[in-house]
Amino acid sequence: MKRKLEVTELIFKILSYTFLTVFALCCLYPFLYAISASMSGIDALEGGKVVLFPKDIQFEAFASMFKDNVFWNSYTNTLFLTFYGTLWAMGVAILGAYALSKKRLLFRKGLNFFLVFTMWFSAGIVPQYRNYINTREVFDKIGLDDDKWLIVIAMGMAAMNIILLRNAFEGVPSEIEEAAIVDGATEFQVLTNVYIPMSKSTIATVALLFGISRWNGYFWAKQMTTNHNEWPLQVYIRDQLEYFQDSENLIGWDYPYSSDSVIYALIVCSVIPILVIYPFIQKYFAKGVNMGGVKE
Amino acid sequence: MKVKATDYLVYDEKTKKYREDPEQIVRDDVEKHYWKHVGLTILKDWRLYLMLVPMILVFFFWRYMPMYELLSCFKVDETVKEVAEQFYSGFSYFKKLFGGTAEESILFWQAFRNTFLLSFYGLCFGFPMPIIVALFFNEIKSNIARSFYQVLTYLPKFMSTVVMTTLVTMLLRPSSEIAEIEMGVISRLFVSLGLVSPEIGAEGLLHQPEYFRAIYQISGIWETAGYDSIVFFAAIIAISPTSYEAAQIDGANKWAQMRYVVLPSILSTVVIMLITRIGSLLSVGYEKVLLLMNGDSYMTANVVSTFAKDIGMGNNPQIGLASAAEMINNITGMLLVIGANSIARKASDVSLY
Repeated sequence: MKRKLEVTELIFKILSYTFLTVFALCCLYPFLYAISASMSGIDALEGGKVVLFPKDIQFEAFASMFKDNVFWNSYTNTLFLTFYGTLWAMGVAILGAYALSKKRLLFRKGLNFFLVFTMWFSAGIVPQYRNYINTREVFDKIGLDDDKWLIVIAMGMAAMNIILLRNAFEGVPSEIEEAAIVDGATEFQVLTNVYIPMSKSTIATVALLFGISRWNGYFWAKQMTTNHNEWPLQVYIRDQLEYFQDSENLIGWDYPYSSDSVIYALIVCSVIPILVIYPFIQKYFAKGVNMGGVKE
Repeated sequence: MKVKATDYLVYDEKTKKYREDPEQIVRDDVEKHYWKHVGLTILKDWRLYLMLVPMILVFFFWRYMPMYELLSCFKVDETVKEVAEQFYSGFSYFKKLFGGTAEESILFWQAFRNTFLLSFYGLCFGFPMPIIVALFFNEIKSNIARSFYQVLTYLPKFMSTVVMTTLVTMLLRPSSEIAEIEMGVISRLFVSLGLVSPEIGAEGLLHQPEYFRAIYQISGIWETAGYDSIVFFAAIIAISPTSYEAAQIDGANKWAQMRYVVLPSILSTVVIMLITRIGSLLSVGYEKVLLLMNGDSYMTANVVSTFAKDIGMGNNPQIGLASAAEMINNITGMLLVIGANSIARKASDVSLY
């Protein structure tokens, strides 16, 4: 039965489309502008003539960035931190979540509280900073004197992600596990051959949450790295922004591109990897939000 | 616990006699030698308990050890290295922060107020936006069009705080006379719409203390409204179509349907999200504040975390004072979580923890 649209429904429909179109354009525009600005010539950009499309197209800003060793270093560092950081966090989280998902585990409630409490109460920046400084001393003593390992090992764990994994593991039917044990599987084999394959999508989601937070990490990476060869990309972008914001540094600027173009080019380069995988990971993110958000 | 004599005896059908219950004997033994049994269980199941070790170590060293460091807010002498020495020797730092006219105290209360206001405005303006967006998504019946809108509106959420704040800074940049650079494109838009005067635009919107909160909220909405709507949208599409049909037969127009069908159905989700939001009322994302803040907007932008960072991580660190500030902030935050949760539990049977 096709019903005629009522007036209120029609108004609401028009309102929805208008609002969402405007909002979507607002979300997209800064990125489009960044791309255009990174390719525009100095006079057009600094004179405020670029609004949406690039003018006086040049690629010198990109070229100058690609010539910069610190840029490539920071890119490699970010890849390193993202890869090993996600690997380490996932390893710790999966093992812990698996043990926590077992009803027979002693002190299960206490351990859960041990995790959840860190979501309610965190020590704050200064105590964490002092703690990381102490950790660095210990790491130096045992030979892990590269600060990258400090960032990988000590940072980025999130109780919420462990709880997401634990909930997924709890959903695996116990009959399958029992069958595996009857077949002589050890605890670890049960985890790798039964639990992990059966909660693949949650594991992918959690790995993405860890990965994105690693890729985007800024503050602690900035605090704990001592020289610019150890900087990840985000710290490098911020450093460039601060450098070019100081007008003193722009005196005698005689390149065919604006200093703003360099920053926009950096933004474009840091965003591209995420944009490339974004269509593939988007549905996992939607899933992660729903898993984390609603529990009764 | 007192064990009754009958607990040990079970009636045996075969021998027609009462005999001792072996399980109860085990239970009794467990009660007597609790830790021995704990040890035996762990030993028997050691593989499982071994898996817990990395997680416990990570959380112990890098989540709980900082809390121990936090206790330095009770230390009297800042030069004493160990927290344990002179432990509990005073609330002098708290007094300094709370009390009166010292410069730190004024700055702390300013920071506390800013923290609260940033979160409170976020609660007022930022919280309803995802719900509205979700309601609008629900109106778009074509899947392709909806995915299109969803992909675009989730996009800003995937950008890092640095990229986001860099974009905001650049789009609102002041004009520079030395380098002859025009003000940022969004500033130009605001000026041409008459929302801000050209002088303020030229000085840079981020350099105006009175605009900082608005910029923080609007960029926050821009960043999260689309993505946060996922939860509410999931709740809305879970509503059975028959509910709408029933309402339509009763003559409900769109507004009445919203009021009597949609809102009651998503209420529990809204309450849960609200609790989380209230719970994090005092944990403003310090990274974003830090990256958007500058010397000019310090007055309205400085939050407790950045205040603590300034006095506790600089060249002449006042760790005790910084820890005291964070302690006040964190304890208040935790009380808010627990309070919001218990109120919600009493009021609506929905609670987070």
